[in-house]
Amino acid sequence: MDKLEIKVMIWTGALMVVFILALLYAAKARNLDVPACVPYDANYKAQVKKVDTATYEIFYVAKMWTFEPQEVYLPVGSEVDLYLTSSDVVHGFHIEKKGVNLMAVPGGINKTSFKFTERGVYKIVCHEYCGTGHQSMQGEIIVNKPY
Amino acid sequence: MKISKQLKLIIIIELMLPLTLLILGIYHGLMQVIYRAGLLSASSMLKLDYYQGLTLHGVINAVVLTTFFAVAFGHAVIAYYLKREPGTKAAWLSLILMVVGTVMAAWAMLIGKASVLYTFYPPLKAHPAFYFGAALLIVGSWIPLVDWWIQYGRWKKENPSEKMPLAVMGTLVNFMIWFVCTLAVAYEVLVLLLPWSLGWVETINIPLSRTLFWFFGHALVYFWLLPAYTMYYTMLPKLAGGKLYSDNAGRLVFFLFLILSIPIGAHHQFAEPSITPNTKFFQSLLTFGVVIPSFLTAFTIAASLEYGARKRGAKTWLDWMFKLPYFDKENGLFGYLIMGMFLFIFGGLTGIVNASYQLSNMIHNTAWIPGHFHMTVAGPVFLGIIGMSMHMLATSTGKTIRFKNLYTMTPYLWTIGILTFSTGMMWGGLIGEPRRTNLGLTYLNPESPMFRSEWVPTTELALWGGIIMALAFTCYMISLIATFFSKRTSEPAVSFPDTEVLHAEPRIRILNNFKPWVITMLAVIVLSYGPALYDVLKWTGRGAPTYLPDNPIPENQIIKNDPSSDEGKKEEKVDTSLIEN
Repeated sequence: MDKLEIKVMIWTGALMVVFILALLYAAKARNLDVPACVPYDANYKAQVKKVDTATYEIFYVAKMWTFEPQEVYLPVGSEVDLYLTSSDVVHGFHIEKKGVNLMAVPGGINKTSFKFTERGVYKIVCHEYCGTGHQSMQGEIIVNKPY
Repeated sequence: MKISKQLKLIIIIELMLPLTLLILGIYHGLMQVIYRAGLLSASSMLKLDYYQGLTLHGVINAVVLTTFFAVAFGHAVIAYYLKREPGTKAAWLSLILMVVGTVMAAWAMLIGKASVLYTFYPPLKAHPAFYFGAALLIVGSWIPLVDWWIQYGRWKKENPSEKMPLAVMGTLVNFMIWFVCTLAVAYEVLVLLLPWSLGWVETINIPLSRTLFWFFGHALVYFWLLPAYTMYYTMLPKLAGGKLYSDNAGRLVFFLFLILSIPIGAHHQFAEPSITPNTKFFQSLLTFGVVIPSFLTAFTIAASLEYGARKRGAKTWLDWMFKLPYFDKENGLFGYLIMGMFLFIFGGLTGIVNASYQLSNMIHNTAWIPGHFHMTVAGPVFLGIIGMSMHMLATSTGKTIRFKNLYTMTPYLWTIGILTFSTGMMWGGLIGEPRRTNLGLTYLNPESPMFRSEWVPTTELALWGGIIMALAFTCYMISLIATFFSKRTSEPAVSFPDTEVLHAEPRIRILNNFKPWVITMLAVIVLSYGPALYDVLKWTGRGAPTYLPDNPIPENQIIKNDPSSDEGKKEEKVDTSLIEN
């Protein structure tokens, strides 16, 4: 092969290694990961559980065309373990400004963890087409009171 | 090269049928930006619903047009470069299956019984004719591969010392990828969805069906792209007055796509349950592998273009970029290919963002995604397809392109449209604007309590982009229709701009032998999809019954609760107008 071509391939390969190291750094050192899957639980219910003053578990159920629980109130600084499933078709789940982005898939339970550091109303939007009412499917997390 | 009447007819049908349907597809593209910007606050217009239109837009533009074109282009490439025509019977059989499949699916979509979008994610259910039609279209497109392979074998016997022509190699690699990836979606459609939609099976495993879909779904984008790559390597340098910098680079690129196109589909599923982060991370790494053939192509084609520009008088480091035959009316195809490559720079860069594992959390299913993929599928793919369709129609019917100004202008206008549209979409996506949503009813409706003012500028930018694209397409269609109905000016033939190779390169054995690459391809697929399939079978707790898009009750329960009259059904049905307000 041409010398220039080999050079191009080496540089491209090296650039990819840099990118991949960045992904690993984000995942391992900064704890930024994609959603994990947890074992299916047939008794899964929509609810908010307070674990301690600053730790909450939210169990979301997405259904045509609403999220349960609809509104969640949390104190500033809450650490949240968020679980999500769907009771009917596939839905999307996106919390604005938080980079929380999950799919609600019937038969599977999705999980992610994050923290609310600032007060505000965080809107949740369904971003997967789920039937005629899709554009009306939203929820809210209100982070207001200090704990 | 002259062609038989039969092959000519087949090629004309395979080009004109999807281009005619494309009028409907592009119309719905335009309608979507209008709804999304809140100009139209309704669930339907002219009796076509938003999501029905979105389904038509995706299926026609991304599946029907691309598949028909790939087959027609493949027939012409085989005939031209191997100097032997594909078998007529096989070609007709393939065409008939594809047409019947398309008609069935189109019928189901147009009567509103298949508004499930082009990804047809269950448990939303489409009419069985939609699934069956899709399967026929796919099976029809398998047939030419077998025939072309036989033609190549015969050619090889007559020309034992020659390398396989690069365009033929691109075509065969593309259809091998297509065959392997569509096996998964054929299984999904025929074994899971069809019996379930007919009511023979109660429930199906949804994560499994999604994983099978994306086994196919990402390779699909390379099936769209490789005909354009074939044009870049074997035709674009000639159109620019240059030579191909390296033929071996092209061979390596096609083989790398053979290995890497399929085992990376799970990067569409980063946000899902039932697949573990380890499986997702592994497929993310493999996705980065695809960057290598893409960069190789960018550099090889840029070098080929630079060579052409220097022959046209370019002197300095960068001025060669401006010495290419842009806006040359006698060489309109050049504009389609060069603008496609230009858009693909941005399509590729945003694609790297999508592949980047945790960055998916920022952009998954937001408007960023259609912003990205319109710079690939509506960039190099679409421009290559329509530009080359015109070239093939004109040559195979012996006609001269009419309204050359319009034809030449189209790709530049289209590029402006796409860049505007994609900027609006990606900007909106980064601030949470969802894709696949009739925003005009709620989020972009000032009278709705759900109104989101921050998405006004983003959807308006996308609207302007969409209008420019629709204008560009109108220019193209005027030229196409006028050409099609004009008088013959020369003998019908297939011909392509023939590119020479710059250096005489040695024949490298491994770059001319499919076997090791096909074996590697299968091995990598097993390594990456073995764990993914194990995951979805292990972590999925229950199956799902069928749902219709307008009812939150499973279809089988609607019937049970409603033995005699319509009244029970009405009570069960949630009034969506209440939710909308």
